[in-house]
Amino acid sequence: MFPELNNLLNITPDRAEQGKLTLLCDAKTDGSFLVHHFLSFYLKANCKVCFVALIQSFSHYNIVGQKLGVSLTSARERGQLVFLEGLKSSVDVFFQANEEPHPLQFLREAKPGNLQPLFEFVREALKPEENGEAAWRCPVLLVDDLSLLLSLGVGAVAVLDFVHYCRATVCWELKGNMVVLVHDSGDAEDEENDILLNGLSHQSHLILRTEGLATGFCRDVHGQLRILWRRPSQPTAPRDRSLTYQYKIQDKSVSFFAKGMSPAVL
Amino acid sequence: MAAAATCGTGAGSTASVASAASKSKVTSFQRRGPRASGTDSGGLRLVSIAGTRPSVRNGQLLVSTGLPALDQLLGRFGTKNWDKYNIYSPLLFKYFLAEGIISGHTLLVASAKEDPADILQELPAPLLDDNCKKELDEDVCNHKTPESNVKMKIAWRYQLLPKMEIGPVSSSRFGHYYDISKRIPQELIEASNWHGFFLPEKRSSPLKVESCSLTHGYLKLLQFIQNIIYEEGFDGSNPQKKKKNILRIGIQNLGSPLWGDDICCTENCDNSHSLTKFLYLLRGLLRTSLSACIITMPTHLIQNKAIIARVTNLSDTVVGLESFIGSERETNPLYKDYHGLIHIRQIPRLNNLICDESDVKDLAFKLKRKLFTIELCLLGFKTTFFLLLWPRQLFFSCLTLFPYLFQHLEAACISWLMVSSFILKTSSVRLSPSYVAIALVLCSASHFCF
Repeated sequence: MFPELNNLLNITPDRAEQGKLTLLCDAKTDGSFLVHHFLSFYLKANCKVCFVALIQSFSHYNIVGQKLGVSLTSARERGQLVFLEGLKSSVDVFFQANEEPHPLQFLREAKPGNLQPLFEFVREALKPEENGEAAWRCPVLLVDDLSLLLSLGVGAVAVLDFVHYCRATVCWELKGNMVVLVHDSGDAEDEENDILLNGLSHQSHLILRTEGLATGFCRDVHGQLRILWRRPSQPTAPRDRSLTYQYKIQDKSVSFFAKGMSPAVL
Repeated sequence: MAAAATCGTGAGSTASVASAASKSKVTSFQRRGPRASGTDSGGLRLVSIAGTRPSVRNGQLLVSTGLPALDQLLGRFGTKNWDKYNIYSPLLFKYFLAEGIISGHTLLVASAKEDPADILQELPAPLLDDNCKKELDEDVCNHKTPESNVKMKIAWRYQLLPKMEIGPVSSSRFGHYYDISKRIPQELIEASNWHGFFLPEKRSSPLKVESCSLTHGYLKLLQFIQNIIYEEGFDGSNPQKKKKNILRIGIQNLGSPLWGDDICCTENCDNSHSLTKFLYLLRGLLRTSLSACIITMPTHLIQNKAIIARVTNLSDTVVGLESFIGSERETNPLYKDYHGLIHIRQIPRLNNLICDESDVKDLAFKLKRKLFTIELCLLGFKTTFFLLLWPRQLFFSCLTLFPYLFQHLEAACISWLMVSSFILKTSSVRLSPSYVAIALVLCSASHFCF
């Protein structure tokens, strides 16, 4: 996790909030460093994490995680992390006509109706222990990324339904958290993606939006991060709080600074 | 352009410039052992395979694209390329395959249009150590060598920028140079291990998988690739195999109607997910095996922009080739030395938080008689006057040009501040000569006035 980002968001692993949906959104840049941040943050906060990783392999997250101070392998072995590796299981699911339900079995269908098997998998992974002892703090669902499901043939509405069901179970029933990543296609006119993004924006408590700089690539400032705190259950609440920072990604951390205050410029 | 003529993609029919992009897949196979990758990377031992180089930064095996300049641009990361393109993509495609043959990798060539055997016949011949220097010298002499020396004197700042055009240093193991005017020797092709997938030949065989979510062509190709990976042990399934090798996959013209896909025909197509699903499954195959893949796609034919964005998200590296043929830039004097622009749209960020983005963004390519070169897109001025983005450089370059300005330092400063701020407002590297003329006039005027 990045300590500077924790300061900006005003959270620490000891005092993690519960019942929140965080939306990570990236436009014209790669926002995956936020996924690594939240993954290591919740593992350090002693939460049980279910990670639906569709776009990268386990070793990728593991290697970056080690730079950030968590070992995914040992987390998986002690049962703190449930990892669904989309890339590895996709080929098996597609070519082997098993009758057993698999979370990714929508890959076999021409027009997948819904993501129920995936939801069942998440629910099973995060359900509390039978013996009543809470080994972990709160359950967390992490999805990287939701836009990919649209590329695989699932409709935007089906994805929104899936998120809704997960929210009901993870955030409301189990008092856990959810973090999802969606790409913003910008001017690519991807209607389904826009529907998904807008729908999720209205349901989220916290939106972290990374954008590339409008003027193009810069060596010292990799992009801009916009943080928006929302209260979806209270639409008449006073205006949502929003902050904007610029950031530079380094080998093991990310540094944030106010706009125009990059150390390279000062 | 002899090389361009061999690749007929029918791009001549489009009036606008086609924008190409390429993409690559990275292999993350890291551990020798009975299990395939995806397991722990702690205590990994990188296998040493001919024609690869381990990356110190992220513990991955790197593979050369066949163009050392492109390797440098794509950073120190893995080098699988997808190429979307117009006319010049087949060249990069062939470089990639030729590099595979020279390095002794196994090749898998898939095409719906040309027989893979024919594609292999047209690969460029490698430039070997002894005659390569001589040949390159010939090429360089044809151009304005004396001028280029003079340029470096004045535009001394440019010398500090990374050199994009590099001659072959030596016949190193990683990356070779090729002569596109010659064909690869037949014995090299015969000595190599390659598999071809030619779609028209595969139509008749029965389908094992019932699902119709993928287009027939993609499905057959995916099964073919999976079979090869499994049978030849690229996924680590056969630990008895003595020597590990890389599988280089080249897929030509993916997305074109010849593959049975209709994304190039209409904007709202029925099986618009076929291509992206295929790419996702292919990505899964590549991630769990020792392989690299280059794919070329005719993005100028794809009408739906959303699909292009999705394909880019599914790729590791995306390189765009924009040729000047048929566009207004062909006659633009700024670009007359080049044949097109290269846009590096995406670089992989694997096993790492950061990626190695090159500082240089204005790149153009040139197809010489024997080489495909990638260069910084310098302004085509014949005068020895370079406009850079920072006023300081403008000022110094001017001072070296007009030594008498030293005497009128104040005047020069004022006029340069005015000129440079004006120029910065219209700022991009590609300024037209008229601005330079204005700058020169102002500069000389300031000398005469004060």
